[in-house]
Amino acid sequence: MKPAEPFARFAYQRHADQARAKPACHPVVIIGAGPVGLTLAIDLKLRGIDCVLLDDQDRIGEGSRAICFAKRTLEIWDRLGCAAPMLDKGVRWNVGKVFQGEDLLYQFDLLAEPGHKMPAFINLQQYYAEKFLVDRAQALGVDLRWLNRVIGLQSGAQGARITVETPDCTYFLDARFVIACDGARSPLRSMLDLEFMGEQFEDQFLIADVRMTADFPVERWFWFDPPFHGGQSCLLHKQPDDVWRIDLQLSPHADTEHEKRPEVVRPRIARMLGHGAFELEWISVYRFQCRRLERFVHGAVIFAGDAAHQVSPFGARGANSGVQDADNLGWKLAAALRGSAGLIESYDQERSQAADENILNSTRATDFIAPRHKAEARFRNAALALARQTEFGKRFVNSGRLSTPTTYADSPLSTKDAAPWSAGPPPGAPIPDAPFRNGYLSERLGDGFALLHWRASAAAAEALGVVDVSDEDEALIARFGLTPGAGYLIRPDRHVAARFHQMRQGALTAALSRAGAA
Amino acid sequence: MTGLDTKARFADPDAAYRAIIEAHRGLTESQSADLNAALVLILANQLGDIAVLREALALARATIGQQSDA
Repeated sequence: MKPAEPFARFAYQRHADQARAKPACHPVVIIGAGPVGLTLAIDLKLRGIDCVLLDDQDRIGEGSRAICFAKRTLEIWDRLGCAAPMLDKGVRWNVGKVFQGEDLLYQFDLLAEPGHKMPAFINLQQYYAEKFLVDRAQALGVDLRWLNRVIGLQSGAQGARITVETPDCTYFLDARFVIACDGARSPLRSMLDLEFMGEQFEDQFLIADVRMTADFPVERWFWFDPPFHGGQSCLLHKQPDDVWRIDLQLSPHADTEHEKRPEVVRPRIARMLGHGAFELEWISVYRFQCRRLERFVHGAVIFAGDAAHQVSPFGARGANSGVQDADNLGWKLAAALRGSAGLIESYDQERSQAADENILNSTRATDFIAPRHKAEARFRNAALALARQTEFGKRFVNSGRLSTPTTYADSPLSTKDAAPWSAGPPPGAPIPDAPFRNGYLSERLGDGFALLHWRASAAAAEALGVVDVSDEDEALIARFGLTPGAGYLIRPDRHVAARFHQMRQGALTAALSRAGAA
Repeated sequence: MTGLDTKARFADPDAAYRAIIEAHRGLTESQSADLNAALVLILANQLGDIAVLREALALARATIGQQSDA
């Protein structure tokens, strides 16, 4: 294996804040320039909020890490103006295959209905995603400070003061809000002495990035008990640049340091591929973990992404849910800084629900992939055997349920339907994309609240973006279950706040107020 | 009203019981456990009702410790 080189490196620059006699005060300081922190910083910048983004490193690199970015994440990045390079570079895939031994048990096709701007998934090394986000943040003039490590935190209800260590001095920063996007080992979580509750599973997985030219199709391949790795599970996924991600299950008692050695990894992978014509790019070992903070909001300090919750990787729920945390938080922070602090509590409520949903799905997949004892393994194997001949057996097989955005049921921001709807996303649900005019609905919506309606009198909505649906927009009308006169109130994060069969000023005003738009 | 029907539903329960026993004839203990696992999944799917399945599981759990080893 070649010595690891950083994929990108950034210069530390001394900032004027470091020389101030009195700490500078910023509305928002974000800790951690990973996918979550960068997404939030770009969102806030576009909302005109001054924020500082600190990172304790000066580089991007160290392996592919998160590789599957889901449609919802791409829609968010498209709104922020940085999806195009991701789509150009990323590998699109729709088909997943599940094998047992040498046999194909079944395959699934994620190909969504037509009329969505974004694909179901792309595979892209996290370092590419981060690089494109950094490019966008820098183009917008985000105050991004490398080699700025937070070493102290004093937090109150009205703000926080952090101590930051840099290569040439230690300085203080004050902030109305500090957002901890500092990853699974979150130092800020430790500084507040918060418990990361949940479970760690015994089984270990080895991840290897392998560079080779191969004519495997661009599909997700998952093996239970493959011939080249008896009794364990394995996942193969294609990334850009002829890099393939291989996840191999190890026994609970495997010696991690031994298993990570290239001379131990190489023969395993050669057995799997049937040849040795590949280069190892990156090797890592991890254990499945499902954990979360009990609360994501602690006074002026708010946790997002892996710092707030961690799941097992089979399902692409880590980075994707973190980016959705940022999407949920950005507009609420902007509102809080204008004086409506109540919305922040709904971040905790809504994203807690999402974290629980992700942990539930992730735990179920983990139980299936890595049965804990003999009886569990027996049921798993029975399901696999039944999958060969029955439809219901296939549905029991769980090699990871892939990330979809959460519907915020019972959100305090939602207005309940006054009458039943036969179709369309209910209050709290993410809206689907749809063709609109010569493009897509997702392109027509901006960064704020929007009113989507079909032949309603939309005089109500002066302060809103308005999507005026016409009779020709048949797919959109069907997808939203619209009837003439009906409309949806859509939140800045593109979840449904309310919907009405007949738009009326009073009800719309009340729904806007409930959703925090007023 | 409970979803799990604990009244006898077979016209001939002896025949049903016998059919289950016969399916296990000639199997090792391990094969027998495999068969049971597959059968549970097949029957659970046939049931198709998570509430009734949970009741059935609770009833089965309640028999643990009440079964005397032969």
